[in-house]
Amino acid sequence: MLDIAHDNKLPNGAGVGYKSQHFNALLDDPGTVCWLEIHAENYMGDGGRPLAQLRHLAERFPISAHGVGLSIGGETRLDPEHLARLKTLIDWLNPAMFSEHLAWSTHDGAFLNDLLPLPYTSDTLTRITTHINEVQDHLGRKMLLENPSSYLAFAESTWSEPDFLREVARRTGCGLLLDVNNVFVSATNLEFDPRAYIDAYPLDLVEEFHLAGHDEDADELGRKLLIDSHGKPVDEPVWALFDHIIARAGARPALVEWDNDVPEWDVLEAEAARATRHMKPAPAAVVSA
Amino acid sequence: MNDSVTLSSTGDTTVTQTAFRKALLDPQQRVPEGLTNPDGKQADKRFSVYRNNVAHGLSEAMLTGFPVLAKLVGDDFFREMAKVYLRIHPPASPLMMHYGAALPGFLESFPGTLHLKYLPDVARLELALRRAYHAADATPIDPTALTQLDQAALMRARLKMSPACEVLSTKWPAKAIWDFNMKDGPQPTGGAEDILISRVGFDPMAERLPNGGAAFVRSLIKGRSFGTALGLATADTPDFDLTATLSVLIATHAITGIDKPD
Repeated sequence: MLDIAHDNKLPNGAGVGYKSQHFNALLDDPGTVCWLEIHAENYMGDGGRPLAQLRHLAERFPISAHGVGLSIGGETRLDPEHLARLKTLIDWLNPAMFSEHLAWSTHDGAFLNDLLPLPYTSDTLTRITTHINEVQDHLGRKMLLENPSSYLAFAESTWSEPDFLREVARRTGCGLLLDVNNVFVSATNLEFDPRAYIDAYPLDLVEEFHLAGHDEDADELGRKLLIDSHGKPVDEPVWALFDHIIARAGARPALVEWDNDVPEWDVLEAEAARATRHMKPAPAAVVSA
Repeated sequence: MNDSVTLSSTGDTTVTQTAFRKALLDPQQRVPEGLTNPDGKQADKRFSVYRNNVAHGLSEAMLTGFPVLAKLVGDDFFREMAKVYLRIHPPASPLMMHYGAALPGFLESFPGTLHLKYLPDVARLELALRRAYHAADATPIDPTALTQLDQAALMRARLKMSPACEVLSTKWPAKAIWDFNMKDGPQPTGGAEDILISRVGFDPMAERLPNGGAAFVRSLIKGRSFGTALGLATADTPDFDLTATLSVLIATHAITGIDKPD
């Protein structure tokens, strides 16, 4: 296990998704960035520069390890080899947090490299509960589960997403990662009110926020279709939704994700600085109940 | 699959992941029934977001992983080729760092590139460089350690080779093609090459081996003694240049230890 001097908790401030091209600039001047997220699967090699950089970063910043390949929503059992690789990384890195997605990505031996959607049914609930229990038992720690961005709905769904997440958390003891952009993207695409989603969502279980940019498209009927592209600044309505959440839940560790068309460090740091400001409202601000 | 009763009027709207996956990788397949827009209507364009995400994500990962191949055929052609490849060979694990391992074989029979017979060898070299990049760390020996052994001790010794170290034998001058495209090297000429792949610090290296060098290094990697490896190399290549081969191994930090049997 790495020897880490800091207290190894995600602070209630801004973090960014780490990109290797930012290594030097980030260490030189992190600005308000006080923690980093890494995609676990990128650090499952045996050695080399990725792990050396990560060791260096982990000495200075609390790290949140974010899995993109467990396929927690998969119909078949979790891949024991992948679970073992994840445990090796987590045991070595001892990250401040581990999170994964309410989604599936692997089926019939093929990893599809995307976060694919799930119907919210009692069958799915049973399966997700089993898989999260297995992950938490295997890693010996609590994990966070992230809400997806949705482009379509399942006719077979019988649960709302907030209720589904609340029930998963109740059954497994996992925490929640609230991706604010995903809520906005899903709300636009499936035509529900994002604030009503937040009102129904168990904010007390949230231990981390995600913020990211999206693209705009349209479906064949000309209805707006937002794509969770992580290639742009956070959109204004997403910041407004973030303010609504912060007013209710208070500050939490908040991550800015920028995975495509990655900008210079200064631009990403400025987004993180904005997230920091949004979590420090003017002292006179009235906090709604 | 699912014997619970659904309330939909259109019958069974259960979408299995098998059906979802099939439609995802094959645009000719119908979008499974039960995936809807906000009005409860079939959502084909919405489903294509997932199709695009998968095809785009995997082809971009391949483009990043095979920079010289992409340069040789052009990025746009490479992306279209990758979309054919990924339908036949979707990733077998979530470790995208090794994705594309079946590309050399695919290129042997892909109609669009059959005339570029050197492409599979270039793909093999790029895969080997990626393996070296992610290989376990190791510290090279002090080169003088080899010269401190007397002849008999050296022949009995087993050299420990870096986890990044491997030998690639190609029919085409893959290393010369790589140099020409990545390092402004001279116009590639010649034919078959034996290439040593290793890593200096965190940077993968590829260097040509002299005749016989491939047999020598492969024996060392298998854990044969120095003397056995030398015997194998000279049996095939009477004029095997041991000094030149050792220079390549030392320059590329390929030797990480010396086991001296008592």
